[in-house]
Amino acid sequence: MKIHVMGPGCAKCKQAEQTVREAVAESGVEAEVIKVDDFQEIAKFGVFSTPAVAVDGEVKVVGKAPNKKDVLGWLK
Amino acid sequence: MNTQSQENDSPIQGGPPADEPGRRAAWLQLLLGVVALGVWYALYSQLLPFADWFAYSLLGLSPESHLGSAVQFFVYDTPKVLMLLLLVVFFVGILRSFVTVDWTRRVLAGKKESVGNVLAALLGVVTPFCSCSAVPLFIGFMTAGVPLGVTFSFLISAPMVNEIALVLLYGLLGWKIAVLYFVTGISVAIVAGWVMGRLKLENHVEDWVREIRAGESGMMDQKMTWRERFEYALDSVRDIVGRVWKYVVIGIAVGAGIHGYVPEGYLATVMGDSAWWSVPFSVVIGIPMYTNAAGVIPVVEALLGKGAALGTVLAFMMSVIALSFPEMVILRKVLKPRLIAVFIGVVGCGILFVGYLFNAIV
Repeated sequence: MKIHVMGPGCAKCKQAEQTVREAVAESGVEAEVIKVDDFQEIAKFGVFSTPAVAVDGEVKVVGKAPNKKDVLGWLK
Repeated sequence: MNTQSQENDSPIQGGPPADEPGRRAAWLQLLLGVVALGVWYALYSQLLPFADWFAYSLLGLSPESHLGSAVQFFVYDTPKVLMLLLLVVFFVGILRSFVTVDWTRRVLAGKKESVGNVLAALLGVVTPFCSCSAVPLFIGFMTAGVPLGVTFSFLISAPMVNEIALVLLYGLLGWKIAVLYFVTGISVAIVAGWVMGRLKLENHVEDWVREIRAGESGMMDQKMTWRERFEYALDSVRDIVGRVWKYVVIGIAVGAGIHGYVPEGYLATVMGDSAWWSVPFSVVIGIPMYTNAAGVIPVVEALLGKGAALGTVLAFMMSVIALSFPEMVILRKVLKPRLIAVFIGVVGCGILFVGYLFNAIV
């Protein structure tokens, strides 16, 4: 499983990354967390508002940091 | 928290919650909200008597003394502005849970210029936006076929005219100046965006941006229940007020200092309306200064009280908020230098015009 966390590095983007990493650790699911901070790459996902999180290429949240419960839901 | 999921076939977000326990919880939240509003109002109405009592009775300062007026100003204005912020940020948060960037993008995509400029400037006020999102947003607008000028209207209005600026202006300077700022800010965004559209600068957008395939956005609608909207609004209160309160306190402290210690009329010579160069000077010194509305407005309030002219001060404020180096650095990733220069030039002229206009009529 691959999880992309997209954002140039503002406070909310860091928060999103941290939440995702915590959720992954908590769930025990084998997942690779990839931080995407290049705008060209971000645009390829069709994301125009950061932070955003995609799981296996599918965009799950845009424009806000997800909470841990949501992330745990996506990992199942 | 989000145990109830709800299906909604309509492309527009929202819709009534279907299940009974959800509805009862919603009523309970509404009741809590009303109680919270009541408590808020009761506290708010006691702020002025409290500040007077604190400065003049408890500390025994004289209302005429420098220290007395500075302390009273600080003790009254700090909680007042913070309380107004809490309230307004919450309701704007509810509003924003309806207006997503994707939605705004779709609304603007089909619009011509002029109508598009007006809409973009207005949507800039309510669409959730932070300056670190400026680049993805710019790309999103471009790929959706939003005209360049319309995109700029949005990018000018989004940081400049926002709920934080309006709350502070209302709280510290009264509703007339808040309305004035709102109207002139939107006008600058509309006109500057329109002018930039006329200049046909599309080839000064970085090439890679134009090469991106116009695609559907990855996610069309994030459907939310009312409970999620409340949570979203509370989150934005925590986030925005948590980020902004320091600036408010520091800004009001500086304002209190000016209030108590700078003599009346002192600034009239430097920032008054008699000197023609005061407006351009204010705009130029505003560009490298980077703070948000929360930091600059308390200072502005104090400057006005000491004889600075309204137009000059408005120009200063708009320049500080709308034209900033960090944002230019971010935008440089998608715009060629010439376009950035034009952007600064056009917006700067708009702000100059506002400054001179208000110095002439007030």
